[in-house]
Amino acid sequence: MSDQQASDLPSPGLDAAVRTREDLRSAAMRPLLETPRWWWPAVIALGAVVVLGVVAWAVQLADGLGVAGYNDQAFWAVYEADLVAFIGVSYGGAVVSAILRLTKTTWRAPLTRIAEATALVTLPIGMLFIVPHLGSPQRIWELVWPPYWNLSSPILWDFFAVSTYLLATVVFFYLPLIADLPVAAARLADRPGLRARTCRLLYRALGGNREVTVSRRRLIEGSIGLVAIMVIPMAVSVHSVLSFAFASSSRPGYLETILPVYFVVAALYSGIALVVVAVAACRRLFHLEAFIHPRHFVRLGFILVAFGAVYLYLTFTEYLVDGYSGTSGLAAWVAQDLTGRYWVPFWFYFVAGGLVPLAIMAFRRTRTAAGVVTASSLVVGAMWVKRLVIVIPPATEPLVRSPLAAGGVLAGNWGSYHFTWVPISITLAATAAIPLLLLVLFRFVPILPIAEMEELESIEEELTEAVEITAGTGQLRVPGPVGRPLIPPASACAQAAPLTPLAPTATTTPSGGLGPPGFRDVGGSGRGSGSTFGWPR
Amino acid sequence: MTEHCTEQELEAPRHVADAGQGVAEVKGEPPVGVETASRGEPVRIGRRPFLGGALAGGTGVVALGLLGERLASASPTVAAAATKAAPAAAAHQWAMVIDLRNCNGCKLCTAACQNAHYLQADQTWIGVFTMTNAAGESYFMPRPCMMCEDPPCVPVCPVGANFRTADGLTLVDQSRCIGTRICMNACPYQARYFNWGDPRPAPRQPFPQEPAWPVPQVKGTVGKCIFCAAMLPAGKLPECVASCPMGVLYLGDLATDVAVNGIGNTVKLSSFLAENDAVKFKESYGTHPRVFYILGHGQDLETDPQTG
Repeated sequence: MSDQQASDLPSPGLDAAVRTREDLRSAAMRPLLETPRWWWPAVIALGAVVVLGVVAWAVQLADGLGVAGYNDQAFWAVYEADLVAFIGVSYGGAVVSAILRLTKTTWRAPLTRIAEATALVTLPIGMLFIVPHLGSPQRIWELVWPPYWNLSSPILWDFFAVSTYLLATVVFFYLPLIADLPVAAARLADRPGLRARTCRLLYRALGGNREVTVSRRRLIEGSIGLVAIMVIPMAVSVHSVLSFAFASSSRPGYLETILPVYFVVAALYSGIALVVVAVAACRRLFHLEAFIHPRHFVRLGFILVAFGAVYLYLTFTEYLVDGYSGTSGLAAWVAQDLTGRYWVPFWFYFVAGGLVPLAIMAFRRTRTAAGVVTASSLVVGAMWVKRLVIVIPPATEPLVRSPLAAGGVLAGNWGSYHFTWVPISITLAATAAIPLLLLVLFRFVPILPIAEMEELESIEEELTEAVEITAGTGQLRVPGPVGRPLIPPASACAQAAPLTPLAPTATTTPSGGLGPPGFRDVGGSGRGSGSTFGWPR
Repeated sequence: MTEHCTEQELEAPRHVADAGQGVAEVKGEPPVGVETASRGEPVRIGRRPFLGGALAGGTGVVALGLLGERLASASPTVAAAATKAAPAAAAHQWAMVIDLRNCNGCKLCTAACQNAHYLQADQTWIGVFTMTNAAGESYFMPRPCMMCEDPPCVPVCPVGANFRTADGLTLVDQSRCIGTRICMNACPYQARYFNWGDPRPAPRQPFPQEPAWPVPQVKGTVGKCIFCAAMLPAGKLPECVASCPMGVLYLGDLATDVAVNGIGNTVKLSSFLAENDAVKFKESYGTHPRVFYILGHGQDLETDPQTG
C-alpha cells in the first residue's frame, strides 16, 4: 500500500493489493499516529461552521421560531426535514455493517468501521435537530420525565425508538472495536502526548487491556451477531415511527399508508450514499487505497441503486395513485409537487436522486468508483431536497376551503415557507459536524477493523484452500458459514497469538514482527487469484 | 362525487346514514340535545384508546407503558384529560352554532377575540374564511375551534399539553407545551396557532394565565380558541359571540339545550339545529365537532372526508 512498506513485500512480482499484517495495522492506526498538514485547518474550518450554527440557534432561541421562516401555514419545514434526513443517513452504517455481516459478505470488512462511525456521528446530530425543532426547548426534559409522557403520541414513540437505536448504534460500534483495542494500545504504548494518554485511558476504560482470548473473541462475535440482528428491526422501527408523526393527521401527503415504507427506504438509500461518500473521503485522506478497492464502490453502488430503484418506484406509486384519485386535497397536493410551487425541488430529486444514479450504474463506462461516488453525492443532496418536498407541501396546504370551489383545487390559500439564514446555518452546521466528528473520532479509534480483517483474511484463505483441494477430486466441498470455526485451528493459529499484544513482549515490538511476515501465504501465490478480504478479481 | 353527497347533506343531513354511508355515521345524525352525551357509545373507538392499543401491541413496551401511564395519571392535567370519558357529568356541554346565512364577513369576531386575548394579527383563533361555492359565489365562514368530542390534537401531544375538560372544551396547557406543533398537524381545521415570536404584551388580567384564559400567550407554544372558557362560568358570552352584530354566532349548551347569540336571541338548541338542517364541518373525520353550521344560502361545507 504505502511507499515505505512496498519494499517489505515478499515478492516483487505480487501486485500492490497483497499486504502484510503490518501494512494493515499501520494503515489502520495512521490517523491516530500522524497528523496530516490539512488536519487542523480542516477541523478549524468545520468547527467554524458548527459555531455559526450554534449562533443561529441562539438567535432563534431569543427571537422565536419565526426567524426560521416558519408561520402558521408552514408549521413544519426545514428542521423536520433535517431530522428525517440526518437520522436517515445513519442507516447506512446499519446496512453496510449489519446486513453485510449477517449475510457473511466478506468484502465488507474494510468498510465496516467507517460505516459504523458514520452512523455513530450522524444519529446524534439527527437527534439534536429536535432542539431547534421545538418551540420551547427549555422544557425538553418533559420528554424524559415519565409523569409528562403521553403514551399515545407518535413523537414520544419516536423519542423512545431513536434513543434505543442510538444505544444500539453505540454498542454496534463498540463491539467490533474491542478486539482492535489491544493492537491500538500497543501502537500507542510508548508515545508521549495528551492524546496518546487519553487514548490509553480510553482503551483501558473500554476493556482494551484485557486479553482477547479465543473464548472472549467468540463471545464478542456472538454479541455482534445478536446486535446486528437487533439493529435492523430497530432501524426500521425508527423511521416508521418517525413517519407516524407525520401520518397522524388528516393532511393529504401526510396521511399515507405508504409513508413508513417510504421513509425507511429513503433512509437506507441516503444512508448508503453517505457511507460511499464517507468511505471515498477516508480512502483518499487516509491513504487506504490498498484496502478499499474501486470494486468496493461498485458493489456499494449496486446496493445503492437497488434502494434507489425501490424508492423511485414508491414515489411513482404514491404520486400516481394520489393524483389519479381526483379528490381535491390529494390532487392539489400532487399538482403542487409536480407542476406547482414545488416543482423545482421535486424534479431535482427525480433527476439527480433517481434517474442519474440509475443511469450511472447502468452503463459499464460510468460504473466506476468515481461514478458511484458522484452518484452518491447526488443522492445525499437530492434526498435531503426530497425530504423538504415530503415535509413542506402538506404542511402548507389549506384545510379550510370549499370542496366545490369553481377556481379549481389550487385556488386555496396555500401557505409557504421561506428560507432564512437561521435554518440554513443550522443545517450547514449539522452537515459540517459529520466530517468534523469523523475526523476527531478517527484520532481515537483505528479507521480499519483490524481484527475483523485479519480474521476474514484467514477464513478467506481457508476457503480458497478448501476449494482447491476438493477441486481435484471433482467434488466441490466448501465449508459453509455455519459451523465454521471462528479461529481456524491449524493454519491461522499463529494469527490468534498476536491478538494479545498487551503482553510485555508486544510492547517492545510495536511496529512489526507481530505476525508472520507474509500475513498471506504468499508462497501459494499461484492460487492467489482469490485476493485479500474476499476480493475476487 | 362530492356534488351528490353534499346536495343531500345540504337538504337533510340526517339522511346521510340512509344513503349508505355506514353505521358509524348514524351517531352524527341528530346533532342535538341532552341525549348527545350518551349516544353511540358502543361503536365509538376513540383515537386515544386506538393509539394506546397500537402502542402496546406494536412496540411491546407494555410494562414501560403501564409505568408511564401510572406516573402520568398522577399529574393533574392528564388526569383532567382522562375525565373526557364521562363528559355528561358536567353541568354544561358547550357548543357553538354558526348561522352562515347571516354572516357578512365583517370579521368583528376576529378583532374582538384578538383584542381580548392579546393575539398577533395572524393568530385568528376565530378566523373568517372566504369560501367559494359550486356556483362560483363567495360566502364567509367563521371558523373557531371545533371543540371536537374526539379531538385529534389531544392524543398526539408527547407531553399531554392538550386536554379536554369535563364540559367539553379542548384546551392547551401552555406551561407544559414544548412546541412540537404535532397538534397543528393533527387538527383538520387549522384552528391552532403557534407563537412564533414574542406574544403581544397584555395588561394584568382578571384571571391567572391558565389553560382556560391563556393571556398573555407564551412564546414557543401553541394557542387556540378556548370559547373564552374562563368567562363562561360567570355567565358571559365568548367575545366573538358577544361582538357579532349579525347574530351569526350562538353559544350553545347541549346539557341544557339552549343557545344564545350576541343580539339577544335565545333558541332551543336541538330544535334550532333540526329545523335548520345544521351540519358539522368535516364531521366524517370522526372528530365529532361541537360547532354546528347552518347553511342554506348556497354554501357548501366540506362534510365528506374523501374530499380532504
